[in-house]
Amino acid sequence: MKRQFVEIVVGVFVIAGFVGLLFLSFSVSNLNSDAISDPYQVSARFDNIGGLKVGAPVTMAGVTIGRVRKIALDTDSYQANIVMDISDEYSKLPVDSSASIYTQGLLGEQFVSLEPGGEQRYLKEGDRLRLTQSAVILENLIGQLLFNNSAKGAKQ
Amino acid sequence: MISVIRKTGEFSLSILAATGRAALLLLQLVVNIPLLARRHELLLEQLYRVGVLTLPIIVVAALFVGMVLALQGYNTLIDFGAESSLGLLVALSLCRELGPVLAGLLFAGRAGAALTAEIGLMKATEQLAGMEMMAVDPVWRILLPRFLAGVISVPLLAILFSAIGVIGGYFLGVSVLGIDQGVFWSAMQQGVDFQQDVMNGIYKSFVFGLLISLLAVFMGYDASATPAGVAAATTQTVVLSSLIVLAMDFSLTSMMFSRVMF
Repeated sequence: MKRQFVEIVVGVFVIAGFVGLLFLSFSVSNLNSDAISDPYQVSARFDNIGGLKVGAPVTMAGVTIGRVRKIALDTDSYQANIVMDISDEYSKLPVDSSASIYTQGLLGEQFVSLEPGGEQRYLKEGDRLRLTQSAVILENLIGQLLFNNSAKGAKQ
Repeated sequence: MISVIRKTGEFSLSILAATGRAALLLLQLVVNIPLLARRHELLLEQLYRVGVLTLPIIVVAALFVGMVLALQGYNTLIDFGAESSLGLLVALSLCRELGPVLAGLLFAGRAGAALTAEIGLMKATEQLAGMEMMAVDPVWRILLPRFLAGVISVPLLAILFSAIGVIGGYFLGVSVLGIDQGVFWSAMQQGVDFQQDVMNGIYKSFVFGLLISLLAVFMGYDASATPAGVAAATTQTVVLSSLIVLAMDFSLTSMMFSRVMF
């Protein structure tokens, strides 16, 4: 009787531990949202990607449709070459879609936003997006602003 | 003057010798693990005494730690208008640091001290010597189940600590401080990485469990067989395992999470 009780309580303890692990993996961390089923890969080149990181979301109209898989410097054009995984659920994206890098909020994470084009043909595995718009670098903007202001001041 | 130097040397040598004896004991314990498969009820009983009975203090402590994290985090984050990141702050601090470390410290106080006192008293009353006379190896019969129970329990307790702490933070953040619950969970899921944060926390707690359990059984086994010796060994278990947990936590953190070095 005593032994049975001990066995049951220890069993409950171990199961509770694993339930806690499941909770941590699915409810607290991003284990479930990370996997994209059967993605196809599309690349794009940017003059400057700012603070974009591997794993950043790829969105269209605000909906996450994929993630950034790889970031590398293309040594021929000296541009950043990024490879994106896009879910096969969204396989009908026009080939002339354009990619831009935006920031969530003022200081948030950066992400890739796709704008659909008008072509009838669709993007497929290994395609490259031609039209890209680089990340906005806050320091450059501030620099331009200062420069413009001082140029105006010199004219007057 | 020379006696001070001599004392220092004696002290260092005794620490080195104790470390060596502890390492040998660990080897002896690991070699004996297959023998335990036939007598798993020994392990089960210790899992109950070491793991299950530590559970209440872990649950209560985790709830309070989660709630106080949420409260303090909220007061700081609201200055930057970033109170939506509260869930992320609570979950990251619990999974990476507070879960493993506090579970380890509480385990050392609640179970480690009891193990040392028990084994030390067995030694002082010559029960261990009696077992040896009956050709029963006390390392296998007494020390191994307690050691293994500690190694298994601490990671489970740390996982439960983190999970319950998050629930405590959720309770305070959402129902008392009025953060939107969807925002609370989604900010958490976006920022917490399973491999990087959750698993590294579990690896840490496994190391802590191994060290605390080894220290607790070793201190009892190595205690001088007097009431004062058992008392000193019990104190040392708590003090040393707390220090080891904190020091190991720092070195493990700098290995796992630093992107600058290593």
